[in-house]
Amino acid sequence: MSKYIATRAIRGATGLVGEAERMLSQAIADKGPETPVQFPNTAYYLPTILGLTGREVSTLGDLVPLMERARSLLHPVPASQLWKPYLGETLDAGVGTLLAAETIEAVRFVNGEQPERWPGFEMGGGTDYPHLKDGHLNGPIDDIQLRSWGIQLVDGRMPGFAAIVGCAKSNEVAVELVRQLQQRNILIFLSGNVNGRSIIHQLQEEGVEMGYDTYIVPFGTDTISAIYALGFATRSALTFGGMKGGMPREIFLYNKFRVFAFVLALGEVDDLKYAAAAGAISYGFPVIADTVIPEIRPSGVTQYEHVISMPFDEIQAENDLERAKKMVQKAIEVRGVKIRVTEVPIPVPYGSAFEGEVVRKNDMRVEFGGKHTRAFEYLYMADSDQVEDGKVSIVGPTFADLPEQGAMDMGIVIKVAGRKMQTDFEPVLERQVHYFINGASGIQHIGQRDIAWIRISKAAADRGFNLEHFGKILIARFHADFGAIVDKVEVTIYTDPDKLKFWLEKARTAYDFRNRRLADLTDEAVTEFYSCTLCQSFAPNHVCVVTPQRLGLCGAYNWLDCKASFQINPTGPNQPINKGTTIDPVKGYWSGPIEFTRQASHGFVQDVSLYSIMENPMTACGCFECIVMLIPEANGVMVVSREDPSMTPAGMTFSTLAGMAGGGLQTPGVMGVGKYYLTSPKFISADGGFKRVVWMSSILKQTMADEFVQVLEREEAPGFLDQVADETICTDVDGLLTHMTEVGHPALEMDPMF
Amino acid sequence: MADKSQAFPTVDPTIIELLTITEEDNISTAFSRAASIKPCPIGADGACCKVCGMGPCRLVGKTTRGVCGATLGTVAARNLARMIAAGGSAHSDHGRDLAFTLIAVGKGEAKGYEVKDSAKLREVAGHMGIPAGGKTTGQLAVEVGEMALQQFGQQSGELVYVGRATTKRQETWRKLGIVPRGIDREIVEIMHRTHTGVDMDYENILDHAMRMALGDGWGGSMLATDISDILFGTPAPLQSMANLGVLKDDEVNIIVHGHEPTLSEMIVVASQDPEMVALAKAQGAKGINLAGICCTSNEVLMRHGIPPAGNYLSQEMAIVTGAVEAMVVDVQCIMQALVELSESYHTSVITTSHKAKIRGAVHIPFDEHDALISAKNIVRRAIENYPNRGKTLKIPSDTGQLVAGFSHEYLNYMLGGELRGSFRPLNDAIIQGRIRGAAGVVGCNNAQVTHDDATLNIIRELIANDVLVVVTGCAAHAAAKYGYLAPEMMENAGKGLKEVCEAVGIPPVVHLGSCVDNSRILTVLTQMSTEGGLGQDIDDLPAVGICPEWMSEKALSIGTYCVASGAYVLFGVGSPVEASEEVTQYISAGWESKVGGKLEFYKDWRDIVAKSLEHMDKKRAALKLAEYDAGRYGASGDWRMVELEKLPLEEKMSALYGLPVAAP
Repeated sequence: MSKYIATRAIRGATGLVGEAERMLSQAIADKGPETPVQFPNTAYYLPTILGLTGREVSTLGDLVPLMERARSLLHPVPASQLWKPYLGETLDAGVGTLLAAETIEAVRFVNGEQPERWPGFEMGGGTDYPHLKDGHLNGPIDDIQLRSWGIQLVDGRMPGFAAIVGCAKSNEVAVELVRQLQQRNILIFLSGNVNGRSIIHQLQEEGVEMGYDTYIVPFGTDTISAIYALGFATRSALTFGGMKGGMPREIFLYNKFRVFAFVLALGEVDDLKYAAAAGAISYGFPVIADTVIPEIRPSGVTQYEHVISMPFDEIQAENDLERAKKMVQKAIEVRGVKIRVTEVPIPVPYGSAFEGEVVRKNDMRVEFGGKHTRAFEYLYMADSDQVEDGKVSIVGPTFADLPEQGAMDMGIVIKVAGRKMQTDFEPVLERQVHYFINGASGIQHIGQRDIAWIRISKAAADRGFNLEHFGKILIARFHADFGAIVDKVEVTIYTDPDKLKFWLEKARTAYDFRNRRLADLTDEAVTEFYSCTLCQSFAPNHVCVVTPQRLGLCGAYNWLDCKASFQINPTGPNQPINKGTTIDPVKGYWSGPIEFTRQASHGFVQDVSLYSIMENPMTACGCFECIVMLIPEANGVMVVSREDPSMTPAGMTFSTLAGMAGGGLQTPGVMGVGKYYLTSPKFISADGGFKRVVWMSSILKQTMADEFVQVLEREEAPGFLDQVADETICTDVDGLLTHMTEVGHPALEMDPMF
Repeated sequence: MADKSQAFPTVDPTIIELLTITEEDNISTAFSRAASIKPCPIGADGACCKVCGMGPCRLVGKTTRGVCGATLGTVAARNLARMIAAGGSAHSDHGRDLAFTLIAVGKGEAKGYEVKDSAKLREVAGHMGIPAGGKTTGQLAVEVGEMALQQFGQQSGELVYVGRATTKRQETWRKLGIVPRGIDREIVEIMHRTHTGVDMDYENILDHAMRMALGDGWGGSMLATDISDILFGTPAPLQSMANLGVLKDDEVNIIVHGHEPTLSEMIVVASQDPEMVALAKAQGAKGINLAGICCTSNEVLMRHGIPPAGNYLSQEMAIVTGAVEAMVVDVQCIMQALVELSESYHTSVITTSHKAKIRGAVHIPFDEHDALISAKNIVRRAIENYPNRGKTLKIPSDTGQLVAGFSHEYLNYMLGGELRGSFRPLNDAIIQGRIRGAAGVVGCNNAQVTHDDATLNIIRELIANDVLVVVTGCAAHAAAKYGYLAPEMMENAGKGLKEVCEAVGIPPVVHLGSCVDNSRILTVLTQMSTEGGLGQDIDDLPAVGICPEWMSEKALSIGTYCVASGAYVLFGVGSPVEASEEVTQYISAGWESKVGGKLEFYKDWRDIVAKSLEHMDKKRAALKLAEYDAGRYGASGDWRMVELEKLPLEEKMSALYGLPVAAP
């Protein structure tokens, strides 16, 4: 700290704790101590309070002892002369501030003052508040979103978050700051204001799309709402780190070492902002301000500098945009985030944050594929001398002469060569085209193979984006991400109808061949499985065993992906596991996976079966797509999707269940899985397989409909899916049993599960 | 011994002022006596052997052996070992008395005392392997006290606190066979070995001296510190002031002097007792003013902010002010001269320990079972003495402001707060080179060298060179008197150290307590080692221990246990083994090869500073840390904000985004 910051932070903390006490007693007087208190869609109560104190707050009355705790963390401000040490005291005040801030937001939820109303405010993805129809800010991030970002957070694609508090020097600067962060895939949390004006106003005025889809989450326009950023950080430790509430030290250190977050304080910093900053510092998050404030450069609580002042006008640069860029660079440097930015030579911003962008028809310059035209993408390997690295060719006309909102056919053919390249990796690499192209701002990519659908926005076209840039993106990204197996990349874009037809036929032959190859790729047909310990940076004791017929629980890594990943990084998180001796082929016990899991889980998991939910099930980190859980009364299992916020027959929502399924804990009867595992013949095959499913979130039934058709054929049960209940049919066990009896669900007749 | 080149035998202005009076009045003081008593050159250098009736043998000139044939190495080693044993006895006996008090408190037999820090009691029980679950504080206090007592009389095995050292250090000790078995046993064995005709291998004698000293540092002293914290509270920062200027001309001045906190804690209570205050007022005084000298002072300073009136060589001067009604002493470092001196003034010198009586002094036996009554009797006696004050008081005006009260627990807290305390920020600062290294500047006053001079020069130079200094004992008082313990002193620190001081809010010189609290330094160094990034053990750290003005045998015991724990220890004044080249070599290079620490003596403080910095840089290089660069750091802090705040409001608003001011 510095004495100045200590003084202001302690003052701010003292003020906020007082305010929280007043608001709480008023609310208790108005509404009673039993009034329920909760944030939307979270199993973690008030997450910061849970993490730091272990208290599971569910009523206003539960908050009363919290206020005593917050007050106990307040110390006198340092004397002007002969002062006593203040660093520890200020950090305490920071923690007190967080407890008070979360209390205030909880009370505001009770009072209907959270999330903040903002008529007309539109978000691209956000927490849903069915009762608020006319526009609002996001408030806290819900568990669903936290988990869906999970895999990106743990594998480093999403390095962390920037909590922006205040208001940028100008709208132009505000936009540039978030663009810079988006390009690095850093989540952006917005809160606070300076004299009533917030960066949220600035971005809205400039038409920047905010919401989960664009990695920009507007929490609220006051500083207090910045607590949601720390609630997110706390839940990262609880969700992925296997920590429990009441482990503040571990949670802080987890964040210091694993969550690369920082605070950008824009505009004048007041007492409350200093106090909240002190709270963030305990998490190891440094603070970078664009104004003159005292600096704290010695490290220790944070990994590098604690507080950096970069008075905006003093930043040496050509103009404000360059200054914004430098500020973001500095912030990343201070946090010590290693971000590998692939330079993609295209005229629009590029980064994963743009993956979720939607190009609406009215904003569209041109589209390929979709209703009226055809687009496909095809990647194949060739001999090295047949590939001219870096070359992009356009064969046929461009879209220059097409009218606005026009459509045309297009084929993207990628030829790669590399000494370590294998035909098996062709589909692995081809699947990346979706992510790579989507990373360009103003470009939308949906689908794959010959059902690809690509849109270019007017804005991107105006900035000069043309067909050639698809090739540039792919060449840059394949070299950057798959350099270990790909030495040369050449891209040809076909729009010429004859050539396109010729290549489409070639592609379809290849797709067909690959499909058959995949069907042949069974657990029995291989000698090696793969480990995935990618998540161990977040969930230190979890190990995935990925087999041809059981993909990783995150849905992002199948057996071929892991095999390719091992080629790319032979000492990385995906290691071949020799199956070893077969111990029990039905339950899926092999000596290799057991030994590997025992060692890689640091002894936490002693035995693992690959096909059973009842006996030594595989553990999960926290980023699973679905949870499968035993319903004893129904003699079957339910499958809950991450995207389903509703109640389930287990009496818990996904968020609550997730606490039991994650963190590397082995719980018989509960398993986190990737949704495509549901379609595998090995899906809980030891316990009776797919026919054990008695209840399934309707969203899964809808989105996986095509895949399930094949499953039902295999199971010779054409009408089975109609026998499976969902949340529209029942959300309790009694309802489930009634439904099962009515439709004659086969699980009722099957052997007992245990 | 070091010669005194300065015009005055002290740099302390209060003493200079009072010495003019004593010289005029021809009053004898340690300063005047030192001027006439030259140390015996043979004894001072360790060449005099008087362990049997055939001598004393003086091993000087052509005489290279004693009557029994003992060599200079044997004689010097035996003399040093006996001094270390005497020093260790003093600390450990102090620890033992506290253990008795703790048991009495646990049993409810010590009225007025209580366990003030039950969390620490539980922590200490943990160190001792005593299960604390389900026990009342009283029960646990008895068990911890009994375990502490057992450590003194233990005959075999290892002291339980040895487990608090780093694993590597424990292995080093075990390999050398110097893990202390019992506190008393090792002391007795020194007396045995150094009896005539027993141990005549200087290396063997001195290695055992390390074993014995470890029983002090990781035994008696550490127990004393822990039990004091349990009974009287673990220190946390507080403000106070120091030097003879803290005496009040209109209040009853009582000075507590010596080393133990047990009595002085009660005197603090008694002096604030309304009955006593009323009594003082009835005698015409405005109140009761308590001040301290030596380590009793440190104990009550650390826990209550009672101001130190000075260090060892100030004890007579306090009486010379004519303003002290009573000087209450317990044990250690009390001058016999006080009694005779007090006859020229009105001061009552009151001895309180059955172990430490002075002929002619008032003796009021202190009984911890009825402590408050003893304390009130003493305070009453002082109050009743107030009317006997002379008309002219000579209270000097100088004082230094200070912040004291740093325990290793608080250090841990202050570097991260209640939920995230650790030594990480300190280690980081050393690793980056903001802090070049750490030095413990500890120990005594010695009337044969200029009082406070070497201590102050060393501290000043070290902090200017970005060395974080911790102080204890009389060295701490020296620092306090001249403002070195005030946080504002960071302005005189190097830029990197200043940056850390400003970040944490500490002075560049941190007061860790009394001389038994040097055990806190062992704990701090061990925590730094285990925090990571600075090697695995104390001998990897860029740290030194310095005793610039050593006098007491306790200093030698402290020095030796620090060496055995891995520290480079430098003493001023002169070497008690000067006469023996082989012993001098052995306690330096010889010990270093065995335990990583070494003991050396330098008469000139400049050599101590140079050697210390050289050692820190060497250790930094061995750890592959950034090379120390005085100019690299110092940019952060409040200075920019101070500049901004000076501007008028309108300019301030626009200057927020940019302020054309260069770093200082």
